[in-house]
Amino acid sequence: MIGGVAWSTVGDLLLRHLYLAGVPLLVGLLISLPLGWLATRYRWLAPPMIAGTGLLYTIPSLALFILLPLLLGTRVLDDANVLVAMTLYSVALLTRTVADGLGSVPGATRQAATAMGYGELRRTLVVDLPLAVPVITAGLRVAAVSNVSIVSVAALIGVSQLGQLFTEGFNRNDMGPIVVGIAACVALALVLDAGIALLSRVLTPWLRAGVAR
Amino acid sequence: MIRFESVTKRYPDGTTAVDDLSLEVPRGGITVFVGPSGCGKTTSLRMINRMVEPTEGRILINDEDVADRKPARLRRSIGYVIQHAGLFPHRTVLANVMTVPTLIGWDKGRARTAAMEAIEKVGLTADQASRYPAQLSGGQQQRVGVARALASDPEVVLMDEPFSAVDPLVRTDLQNEVRRLQRELGITVVLVTHDIDEAISLGDHVAVMRQGGHLAQLASPGELLTEPADDFVASFVGKDRGYRKLGFTTTQVESDPEETVALGEDVPAGRGWVLVVDEDGQPLGWVDRQGGTGGPVREEELHRMGSLAEVGDSARVFLDAALSAPSGRGVVVEDGRVVGTVVPERVLEAIRARGGSAA
Repeated sequence: MIGGVAWSTVGDLLLRHLYLAGVPLLVGLLISLPLGWLATRYRWLAPPMIAGTGLLYTIPSLALFILLPLLLGTRVLDDANVLVAMTLYSVALLTRTVADGLGSVPGATRQAATAMGYGELRRTLVVDLPLAVPVITAGLRVAAVSNVSIVSVAALIGVSQLGQLFTEGFNRNDMGPIVVGIAACVALALVLDAGIALLSRVLTPWLRAGVAR
Repeated sequence: MIRFESVTKRYPDGTTAVDDLSLEVPRGGITVFVGPSGCGKTTSLRMINRMVEPTEGRILINDEDVADRKPARLRRSIGYVIQHAGLFPHRTVLANVMTVPTLIGWDKGRARTAAMEAIEKVGLTADQASRYPAQLSGGQQQRVGVARALASDPEVVLMDEPFSAVDPLVRTDLQNEVRRLQRELGITVVLVTHDIDEAISLGDHVAVMRQGGHLAQLASPGELLTEPADDFVASFVGKDRGYRKLGFTTTQVESDPEETVALGEDVPAGRGWVLVVDEDGQPLGWVDRQGGTGGPVREEELHRMGSLAEVGDSARVFLDAALSAPSGRGVVVEDGRVVGTVVPERVLEAIRARGGSAA
């Protein structure tokens, strides 16, 4: 027991939280990659697309959790509502990040790749994307922490995860579960953040090669 | 080999980058497109490998219209060296140079071997091959850029202002390297620069372009200096073209015999400037025995040599040797050994003997 909550309960809720925040992060990234690419490829598309996806982020999460069952035809307690909502928030943050990342590739590098005979898709995958990794992972870290935070709101519509500890503590007028919930959320956010930072390091060995002239 | 037929490039906003350009780049040698900014030289270069599509006209390589070839395939068959090298920062030098062989579909072993050969050709080491571009100096990076363009043995190599971002000393090195490689490999190089000195020292053929994408003159460097087609070319070529054209004048300059001494040898005062050589006959410097005291020649009293002229060099080199020597006598060497000296009058006589003009 910790703070009046069973350890196993904390563990279960933590895994649920990770699932509800992490899967949308990955799906959101997969959706943002082509969107961000379109925004860099067709300059005129960038402003409406980035503003449009960015606007998604301004929709209050509670409203989205409640609206989605109506739009998707899902049951109110369905995980799908939370997964879809979190994916939308991830896309909102990551489309701009991907566009910025692809846009950060030096013009000379891009042109050299084209002049060597890379087709556009291949160049994007093997030249532009690896070079965009530092910018994209930076955005990914922000989105991961944001997801962990927003998911907890889903406790209000009864989808279980760490946020449930907040509602429980509030109902029982007990600080214990609330403190445990906060600590677990912070720990999860830190682990995700560190994991993505580590991944970024592994993917970009050239950034740490010493400058030996 | 590469033929521009009435090629025009107009952009949607109405600007004309290249206007009705017709010219032929001969096989082998270095052809330089030179001109002020906005003359369409880079656009012209990029139309060869379809980085830019012409609005009108066509470009043929070996009588084949480039428009009939798939852009990516066409580009893989043509080497390309870009300004600032444009290397892939996330790939090692070796992987950078392997780019085109890999795209062509060579297996890894063959691509690797070809890349290592290219890396050695441009004067880099196997150790440098495993580094990332950021670990190399600007000049070394540009060498990698050249190696990358050569790795798949292309017939044609395009170079877009390849040396503009490196410092002057390194630039001269790289220019010599490109010249040597071109001669060695027999490739056709088309190079763009805004620097007329680079064009003249590097080009076998120089296409001078003027604002609005017009070809002002296509000629050999010597011809350009002797007979500029119009006022624009004359002014673009610059003021001292009379002197510079000596660089293309190989004259038989007879050197005068020069008595040399070795270090430690006794030279009396009053003998004037004396040339000191080592045991192999290679020049070490001048010693001043106009006045003062005589005695054995000591190393610390040597005066720095002027520039050296090698037998067979241009009149410009001979004249410079004569003008830069403290003694007023330019040192002429053959295989490093002193064969004699020349005074400026000798060089001028030789130039005059060729018919008054330096051409």
